[in-house]
Amino acid sequence: MSAVTRKNRDGRKRARLISGKAGSLLRIVFSLAITFFGLLLVTFLIGRVLPIDPVLAAVGDRAPQDVYDRVREEMGLNLPLWQQFFIYISNVVQGDFGQSVLTANPVIEDIKRVFPATLELATLATFIGVVLGIPAGVFAAINKGKWPDHVVRVIGLAGYSMPIFWLGLMGLLVFYMKLDWVAGPGRLDAFYIDFIEPTTGLMLIDTLIEGDMDLFWNAVSHIILPASILAYFSLAYIARMTRSFMLEQLSQEYILTARVKGISEHRIIWRHALGNVMVPLVTVIALSYANLLEGSVLTEIIFAWPGLGLYITNSLLNADMNAVLGGTVVVGAVFIGVNMLSDVLYRLLDPRARR
Amino acid sequence: MRKLIAGLVMGTALATMPLAAQAETPKNALVMAFAIDDIITLDPAQIFEFSGAEYAGNTYDRLIGFDNDDVSKIHGVIAESWDVSEDGKTFTFKIRDGIKFASGNDLTAEDAAFSLQRVILLDQSPAFILGQFGFTPENVKDKIRAVDDSTLVMEVDKPYAPSFVLYCLTAGVGAVVDKEEVLAHEVDGDLGHEWLKTNYAGSGPFKLNKWTAGESLSLTANDDYWDGAPEMKRVIIRNVKEAAAQQLLLQKGDIDIARNLEADQLAAVKDDANIKLLSKGKGALWYLGLSQKNEYLSNPKVREALKYLVDYKGISETILAGRSQIHQGFLPEGFLGAYNENPYSLDIEKAKSLLAEAGLADGFSVTMDTRNTTSIMAMAQSIQATWAQAGINLEIIPGDGKQTLTKYRARQHDIYIGRWGPDYQDPHTNASTFAWNPDNSDDATAKPLAWRNAWDAGDLTAQTDAATLERDDAKRAAMYVDLQKKVLADGPFVIMFQETEIASMRGNVNNFVLGPSFDNNYYRFVTKD
Repeated sequence: MSAVTRKNRDGRKRARLISGKAGSLLRIVFSLAITFFGLLLVTFLIGRVLPIDPVLAAVGDRAPQDVYDRVREEMGLNLPLWQQFFIYISNVVQGDFGQSVLTANPVIEDIKRVFPATLELATLATFIGVVLGIPAGVFAAINKGKWPDHVVRVIGLAGYSMPIFWLGLMGLLVFYMKLDWVAGPGRLDAFYIDFIEPTTGLMLIDTLIEGDMDLFWNAVSHIILPASILAYFSLAYIARMTRSFMLEQLSQEYILTARVKGISEHRIIWRHALGNVMVPLVTVIALSYANLLEGSVLTEIIFAWPGLGLYITNSLLNADMNAVLGGTVVVGAVFIGVNMLSDVLYRLLDPRARR
Repeated sequence: MRKLIAGLVMGTALATMPLAAQAETPKNALVMAFAIDDIITLDPAQIFEFSGAEYAGNTYDRLIGFDNDDVSKIHGVIAESWDVSEDGKTFTFKIRDGIKFASGNDLTAEDAAFSLQRVILLDQSPAFILGQFGFTPENVKDKIRAVDDSTLVMEVDKPYAPSFVLYCLTAGVGAVVDKEEVLAHEVDGDLGHEWLKTNYAGSGPFKLNKWTAGESLSLTANDDYWDGAPEMKRVIIRNVKEAAAQQLLLQKGDIDIARNLEADQLAAVKDDANIKLLSKGKGALWYLGLSQKNEYLSNPKVREALKYLVDYKGISETILAGRSQIHQGFLPEGFLGAYNENPYSLDIEKAKSLLAEAGLADGFSVTMDTRNTTSIMAMAQSIQATWAQAGINLEIIPGDGKQTLTKYRARQHDIYIGRWGPDYQDPHTNASTFAWNPDNSDDATAKPLAWRNAWDAGDLTAQTDAATLERDDAKRAAMYVDLQKKVLADGPFVIMFQETEIASMRGNVNNFVLGPSFDNNYYRFVTKD
């Protein structure tokens, strides 16, 4: 017992020594570095134990043996595993993530190209999910056991259990093929592909920068369907969680007190109860956003959407390790970033956390 | 809250407004959906992938080419004419006058010599196609040289069959690159390789506009093309992996051609009056590789029995649905010396009696490594069902493409269901892999398909080598027929189908050309009504 207290006291003393903001920044940087190192190590090892020959992606199946052997050596695969990893890490520290075998580009360039596509899709999907999901969840909670509740729950369950592959194809068939409301697969009509030079990589913004409204609306009509389909999933999740958080809040005593005080039901639900629900809800939304930012492989395949999910999957299936590791770093950074963002939001939403 | 509801209403109105302007593709542009994510390089000295080959075939000229409908007719492209010396070892090409590269530079014999030398010096995957004629990085500058601006001389090390040498020059490695342009981008003596991987330096009917890996490839017409400028001023290829998505794009008219439709989609577009299909037999073969390391499969009776246990007709008609024809010889139809008889058909009783002769009347268990794509899995399941009727228990091991291939290349499979595409138009390309295996030990340097299946090809190795030196084409063809019959009778391969490529296109697209391999699928003749 006393040993533990002493340890704590020592720790606190040391913490005070690395005082102030610089210290906490240092600690954050250190823990980030460790996190990324671990992430890379694990991914690297998994990549290397996969029963896939990485040389095949570079030379193809029909290359003669001498070419195969030479390329294998060039790729450094003859070295012991720890040495390969060491070389990789020391390059990464210098900002060099290497070259992708599949695209012949530096991995950084590839990621600059594919990540915005995913970012755009995920952000829009999350936006739709939040805007529709929260009211739906609240609505279901205040009508608990009545038909609106059942409707929301059925929609939520369907959204959660329907295969996205099927949903995507059906969406295309109905809204693109039959009704002609939206455009088909791809981020722009094929004919427009060359007309746009990526500045941010976000098609909706790049087309606006170009100032071409035709292109902008074309981009909108392309993104709306895949975004809605991804949104359906996050909507289902957000609505379900909102409902249960709301039910919990509505049964609390302060709600009863408020009702006794004669505050309008509208205000009780949307201000008091929902206000308290927002805090845990931020975590839910952040997690679902981070998941979408990893890239949804199946959606990307069906909608010919050249995003991060497809890039990492394709690279993994070809054992293109530079690309896989680069992608992993991005996914890790996204998770950490979104977590930090939700911490900030926490503080804004919950007065107790501000202290 | 009210604002929120108003926003929702507006959002819904926006979402239901028809955003997609109904636009046909422009009259002078060709838009295609094609799974092009196999492209890993645009350098003709390195390209060895299907869609990469198609790119090179449309953007680079070669010395010589062949007639797509009758490959025995070889014609000049950049070379106007050629001579073969009496001893068969010196080839002299006369280079056509007045051809210009996209850069504006004149194309001379020096460019042609440089391009061929470059293939050997860079020594990438397809380099052996030229390297097999005795060229090495040390001697190639002497053996392949420009005598003057319009004369190219090439000296091979043995008196090979001229058809063998010429067919190899029609392959992608025969593409002529712009020496000046390429060397202007040289880094550390790489002959411009890093640069050319993502750039262009050719003289073909189209030039590269932009390649975005995994996303799109766009080409622009070369209006000064010596053999007539293409009518399509732009060609845009979008990488669409999903066949169903390709079908929708095509039926909607957002693309002109869909390249990768499968059985389901083909059945669906067949009845669409706006869509027509173009098909062409390709060189790729579907086959089963039977590892001779397996105690059952090394029995000749068992190998023969298995050849009677494939429902060739059923698979071809229902699973591959028009995308293949039955073919059992190792040379695809259309090749010099192809043997087009198909002696085996599904015959359970015959197979059973062969198994009984092998002492395996009760059958046995064996595994098959299978790529997890729809049509390959379906083929494997059909085979599993017919084998079961003869008492053979086939366990299918599904895996991703590169994963099953890695196992196959390491000789760790029992059975591998695979697809083999020829590297060039000469029969030696397949003979040297199905019927040739100079060293069957685990650490051999040459690893043809015969080696992967641990099959000692015996005399066939020497016969294959001899066929490359036979200068009489008729005799040469007869040698290959003989080789095919022997592999058919005893080899560890159940060769089943020859692939047919089907391009599905809008009714207004004319003259799209599919050739026997991907590097002779041409866009330059396309017109649109």
